[in-house]
Amino acid sequence: VTDPPPSSQPEYDLGHGATVGARMSSALKAGGIITPVITVLFAFFVGGLVVLVTGHNPIDTYKAIFDGTGLQWLFPWTSGDDRATAAINLQQTLIITGPLILLGLAVGYAFRAGLFNIGGQGQYIVGSIVAVWSGSSWVGMPHGIHVVLCMLLATMAGAAWAGIAGALRAITGANEVITTIMLNWIAIWLGVYLFSLGGPLQNSTQPDVPISNDVVPGAKLFVFWGDPELQGLHIGIFVALAAAVVYWVLLNRSTKGYEARAVGFNPEAARYSGIKVGKTYVLVMATCGALAGLAGSLDVLGWQFHLATNDIQGTQLAFLGIAVALLGRNTAIGTCLAALLFGAMVNGTSVRNLDPAVFEPELAQNLTTVIQGLVVLFVSADVLILLIYNKLRPRRRKAAEAGA
Amino acid sequence: MSAKRLGCGGVALGLLAFLITLPPFEVRSVAPSLIVCVIAIGLGAAAIGGGERRLGGGALAAALFGALGAYGASHSGVSHLEVVVSWSALTAAMLRYATPLTFAALGGLVSERSGVVNIALEGMMLMGAFFGAYGADKTGSWVGGILIGVLAGMALAAIHAVFAVSLRSDQIVVGTALNFLALGLTGYMYVDTYGANGTPDNLPSVPDINLPTDSLGFLGQALSQLNLLVWGSLLAVVLVWVIVFRTRLGLRLRAVGENPRAAETVGIGVFKVRYAAVITSGGLAALGGVFLSIGFVHSFSQNMTAGRGFIALAALIFGRWRPGGLLAATLLFGFSSALAQRLPEFSPQLATLFQALPYVLTLIAVAGVVGRSTPPAADGVPYTREGK
Repeated sequence: VTDPPPSSQPEYDLGHGATVGARMSSALKAGGIITPVITVLFAFFVGGLVVLVTGHNPIDTYKAIFDGTGLQWLFPWTSGDDRATAAINLQQTLIITGPLILLGLAVGYAFRAGLFNIGGQGQYIVGSIVAVWSGSSWVGMPHGIHVVLCMLLATMAGAAWAGIAGALRAITGANEVITTIMLNWIAIWLGVYLFSLGGPLQNSTQPDVPISNDVVPGAKLFVFWGDPELQGLHIGIFVALAAAVVYWVLLNRSTKGYEARAVGFNPEAARYSGIKVGKTYVLVMATCGALAGLAGSLDVLGWQFHLATNDIQGTQLAFLGIAVALLGRNTAIGTCLAALLFGAMVNGTSVRNLDPAVFEPELAQNLTTVIQGLVVLFVSADVLILLIYNKLRPRRRKAAEAGA
Repeated sequence: MSAKRLGCGGVALGLLAFLITLPPFEVRSVAPSLIVCVIAIGLGAAAIGGGERRLGGGALAAALFGALGAYGASHSGVSHLEVVVSWSALTAAMLRYATPLTFAALGGLVSERSGVVNIALEGMMLMGAFFGAYGADKTGSWVGGILIGVLAGMALAAIHAVFAVSLRSDQIVVGTALNFLALGLTGYMYVDTYGANGTPDNLPSVPDINLPTDSLGFLGQALSQLNLLVWGSLLAVVLVWVIVFRTRLGLRLRAVGENPRAAETVGIGVFKVRYAAVITSGGLAALGGVFLSIGFVHSFSQNMTAGRGFIALAALIFGRWRPGGLLAATLLFGFSSALAQRLPEFSPQLATLFQALPYVLTLIAVAGVVGRSTPPAADGVPYTREGK
């Protein structure tokens, strides 16, 4: 397995009509970890300006948000009560980080194949629905088997849902951006239909509440850190990390991953070299859907245990996956780190963790969305970043030109 | 008889089959409708045989829809039917629900015809919705609300233009970013300005236009009291059609969207046209948002557009990037919203599923089952000047 065929264009040139995959692969080569870090700092800086302009203190605000993330647990000098509180907060941060890693990978893998999967939300919802249905059925099943079965079914459901978009792209050429957006909304209304009053999966004991049945104890994920009654950290984070390893192997050490990257780099060249492009689109989308569906099952089996109609309408987690993938440059390790960042942001700005005297949580949650938008915006300007990078690293560029 | 006529007849008969079971006709048996449907299917099949595959397929779909609708209607209570199917109220509601979609879809049309994909319509609408309410509140007049709302949408669109046109960013990624940004920014400003109380009750609102058409049947009743911006949206459809398809300016716009290099060789400034188109698009989409907040709901709430920008995008694709087609699509989606709002009387679950209809229809449309919709050739492709 070698790298995809080299492009005829110079290394950092994003010329006319470059595909998403080509852009991404050249972006990957540029700047390593430096550019994402600059992107994040710049986004936080602009976010801080918004806070400042509206008459709050940005330093205090960011500090209060950081205190809520629990990341200070990692510092050796945090001790006593602070350490206990930080541990609880960090557990919550990591609970969000797990599914975010999977949702980021679900976007990232599509990017590498030149596809834009905005459908993480729909795939996540379909996975959640299947997980809550299977998790609340089959009461007597042995614990381990039940959990694995629920996750497997959710994964398959997500894969099938995304596979629709992949198949449409392969057969009719329908743009996956449009089809995945449409599938998101269909999934939302499907979920609302299933759990609303009188719906087929609505709670069987409480006819007045638009909510699903509870996941039975035998289908809940094992909590290994903290109190299971107080939403301790479940093993989902390891599932997500394992998925990141699988993602790395799949992308960099397998034929399927090579084909995906080749298609992303140049579909015509890939077709010419004998790769079945249509089949690759379907497989890539199904893999992405599987990851997002798995993310849905982690949340349902790990801490939600039931789904209400407003859970389904309100979930924004999958959209964070887009920011996570873009910031993590679609690499396994980058995605994990970006997921931790956004997981910490979401948890640090939650009502439970942010002191309203310093900064209103409701404001802070919107601030997270603003920063999320800014990160994606700055990442999108890869030309800008590459320009700066090329200016900063003239020697390496000249060397590349001399070699070519 | 030509295949085309057969197909049209089939579509009409399919719809007729449903219509006769609804007020004011209310046939209480499904049999007559089924007979009509069978004829419609026959006509559809004949049309397909005669080479009109799309129209014939449409006739088959209409016949199926008619049969299902007629079955549902003839098996439900007459009182329920009359509450759900009040034609004048339904038509008025359809126009109201369609208005924000029409404005936003027109915005999408102008932008995409110039070759810039705009999936930030949602965010631009949201900017219009918040700043429309904010402007109306601060200036004390709805005119100020419209002005400030539209300017806010154009400001967001200007960012889109800078990144998508000048910096050659991936247009989908920028659009996604702007949707987040608008959601966060409007939410932030809303909480910061109005807090838990919400927008004031005495928010100035865009006035309704009263017409003396009450005596002119259900259509007259429906049109007798509509918001100024509802009429504005219909006018905008005509204006956009004239400008984009009947003027020199429009020709340039379309040339840039189809083949920017060729356009540049005859002296059209590609960047200038694209900037203008994207910013106009933001203003139009924002107008849809303004209608939503100070013309329809009379308040603002966080994320109040709730995916309407994406339905507008769907309408644009469904209408094949043409003003007339787009209006037909927004009216269809508006009608399905109006019906969904009234259906709970009849069946709440059905009403919920009905909300998904626009998305399912669009999925079918982009999949090319009912003819393929093709975007402008250079849609979504960043333009680089020769030699740069």
